[in-house]
Amino acid sequence: MESVITHEEGLNLKETELRLGLPGSDESSEKESISISSSRNKRAVPDSVEDRESVSDTKHATAPPAKAQVVGWPPIRSYRKNCFQPKKVETETGSYVKVSMDGAPYLRKVDLKVYKCYPELLEALENMFKLTIGEYSEREGYKGSEYAPTYEDKDGDWMLVGDVPWEMFMSTCKRLRIMKGSEARGLGHGA
Amino acid sequence: MDPVRKRTKDLSKSVDSAHLAPFPDEVLEKVLSLVKSHKDRSSVSLVCKDWYNADRWSRSKIFIGNCYSVSPEIVARRFPNIRSVTLKGKPRFSDFNLVPQNWGADIHSWLVVFAQVYPFLEELRLKRMVVSDESLEFLANSFPGFKVLSLLSCDGFSTDGLKAIATHCKNLTELDIQENGIDDLGGGWLSCFPETFVSLEVLNFASLNSDVTFDALERLVSRCKALRVLKVNKHISLEQIQKLLLRAPQLMEVGTGSFQQELVPRQFAELETAFGSCKNLHTLSGLWEASSVYLPVIYPACANLTYLNLSYATLQSDELSKLLPNCSNLRRLWVLDTVEDKGLEAVGSSCPLLEELRVFPADPFDQDMVHGVTESGFVAVSSGCRKLHYVLYFCRQMTNAAVATIVKNCPDFTHFRLCIMNPGQADYLTNDPMDEAFGAVVKTCTKLQRLAVSGLLTDKTFEYIGKYAKNLETLSVAFAGSSDRGMQSVMEGCPKLRKLEIRDCPFGNEALLSGLDKYESMRSLWMSACNLTMNGCRQLAKNMPRLNVEVIKDEESDDSEADKVYVYRSVVGPRRDAPPFVLTL
Repeated sequence: MESVITHEEGLNLKETELRLGLPGSDESSEKESISISSSRNKRAVPDSVEDRESVSDTKHATAPPAKAQVVGWPPIRSYRKNCFQPKKVETETGSYVKVSMDGAPYLRKVDLKVYKCYPELLEALENMFKLTIGEYSEREGYKGSEYAPTYEDKDGDWMLVGDVPWEMFMSTCKRLRIMKGSEARGLGHGA
Repeated sequence: MDPVRKRTKDLSKSVDSAHLAPFPDEVLEKVLSLVKSHKDRSSVSLVCKDWYNADRWSRSKIFIGNCYSVSPEIVARRFPNIRSVTLKGKPRFSDFNLVPQNWGADIHSWLVVFAQVYPFLEELRLKRMVVSDESLEFLANSFPGFKVLSLLSCDGFSTDGLKAIATHCKNLTELDIQENGIDDLGGGWLSCFPETFVSLEVLNFASLNSDVTFDALERLVSRCKALRVLKVNKHISLEQIQKLLLRAPQLMEVGTGSFQQELVPRQFAELETAFGSCKNLHTLSGLWEASSVYLPVIYPACANLTYLNLSYATLQSDELSKLLPNCSNLRRLWVLDTVEDKGLEAVGSSCPLLEELRVFPADPFDQDMVHGVTESGFVAVSSGCRKLHYVLYFCRQMTNAAVATIVKNCPDFTHFRLCIMNPGQADYLTNDPMDEAFGAVVKTCTKLQRLAVSGLLTDKTFEYIGKYAKNLETLSVAFAGSSDRGMQSVMEGCPKLRKLEIRDCPFGNEALLSGLDKYESMRSLWMSACNLTMNGCRQLAKNMPRLNVEVIKDEESDDSEADKVYVYRSVVGPRRDAPPFVLTL
């Protein structure tokens, strides 16, 4: 037991750690996990403080080691250590997503859980913003209006609402944006 | 045809042995060549001189568990007809960064000898060896009939070395690159397989980080009709794996790439069909970032699966619970502890044929974790899976009572590796040491071959191990024991002990020397951060000249302390390639 205590007191284990990895491989694994979190915020949004990404970022950057890490313990091989994403915390934050509309002075929020399918969601959006969205077709997107509903997915890409099954949409949609005008028409044409 | 060297008859010898061994040599050789296991072969060679010679000439596969126990020259002299070599190098604790860089175990000197003596070498399987690109190129150019390259936990090479293999090994059937510390300079190596190359049966590049050219991979898979194992890396998307499966429905083992791609319903259905069309599929791995949304595509293949590796998928308990009822044929299951006890209950109820379970921690360094698995998950599995005999279990709490129940349910354990992640942690209900837990294991599981202990342990644990673990071959100990008496008990008992690795235990010179009579019958002993001194090690070295007693000097430690000690038997004496920080006493 003595040897455990001497290891933990005062020795800056990280600095003197004898490693087999490539030089700088430790930093790169940390950088990798931080950059994964930040790349999700492709469109930099000022008030995303409540987002889970920044929470995990802070945790990463400032969490003091509760106990100093013992070299090689627990006995996990290094290829396993670098594999994992930050834990999914989605269920706790609920299913409210922001909705922006081009030209509108402020954003709105909707609770996706309230709706059971796309038509219900689209109807709610139409009511909220006083507009018509049009008919969805896989081939042509939203016909019959100058608006197209889009959403930002987990990878940070902007997708047309309606292509994937509703459950999949619910779990991957991070925010909504109602596109207007020529940009919207472009979306309908197999981009 | 490949010439097999024939030995010349020694007439005087055969007159002598005629009345002892009525079989002609050729018959004896033929019979012995049917003995496959290397341990049995070694026993066979000890029977008598005739059998030694028959084994010598007929042996085509050789297994060397410690590359420093013997030299390539001695191997070449004794066995003239080797086609397949398996070599292991660094001590196992090097996987956890306890062995410094440049320690040794370089394959090159072996390859140089093999190139001279075994030009018809076909297979090379290496574990924890250092392999350079130069060595890989040398290999690719020296053995025209080369078929199988398997590198597990090796380091020192880059994808450039793989380019040489792909370019020159025209008869390659197996390329298995697992979990190595290599320089990934890009995926271009895969494109080096010529268009005329069709012999591949096994391709595993799951642990490589960079993108391969998918086109080249798809064409390779299409033209290698005998391909039975394909494990890709996480850059291969779901859409791409679907295409590959369509090209190779004969696959028996598949490692997918990333499982996180947004799919339209049509793609989803196509994937389901693809998995369903692989009628021979029994092993599935990869599944990076798999979640409940996409997992159902594998359901058509689940009924036939015997090995499922979910250790890269952060599945929750309900996701696992939905998946497992489809997998009633599972024998081996690897998961992350994100599935929690509830997920393990599903294992217990859905997989009655399970023989092996490994539960890895998703967040091993997070001290604040309140999740993960506990003793009740393990108990649940043991209750439903009575054939369980191999377990690797990482947890944050355990009780003596739970372990006693577990081994009562499953007395046939051969491999019991329990890692309570907080060093020196007691039974969390009673606050007792975990001695009785491991006592129960060794008393009940008479077939136990491998044991890893953890938690708060006194010398009592080791007394139990020494007394009851009659078949134990490998023992791993960390942060345990109270005095020399602990290690002594093990050295005085455990008649079949071959590998002992110890770290951070209060065992000193007396303990080390108590094993004097045992070390020559063992492959190796590793002791680090214990209470050994240079004098103790010197004494061991002096008394046992056929052991190599190596001390890895740590710059920070006292001159008299022996911080890392590696002891192994060898027929070639101290190694000549030892770096300056390794002292052979």
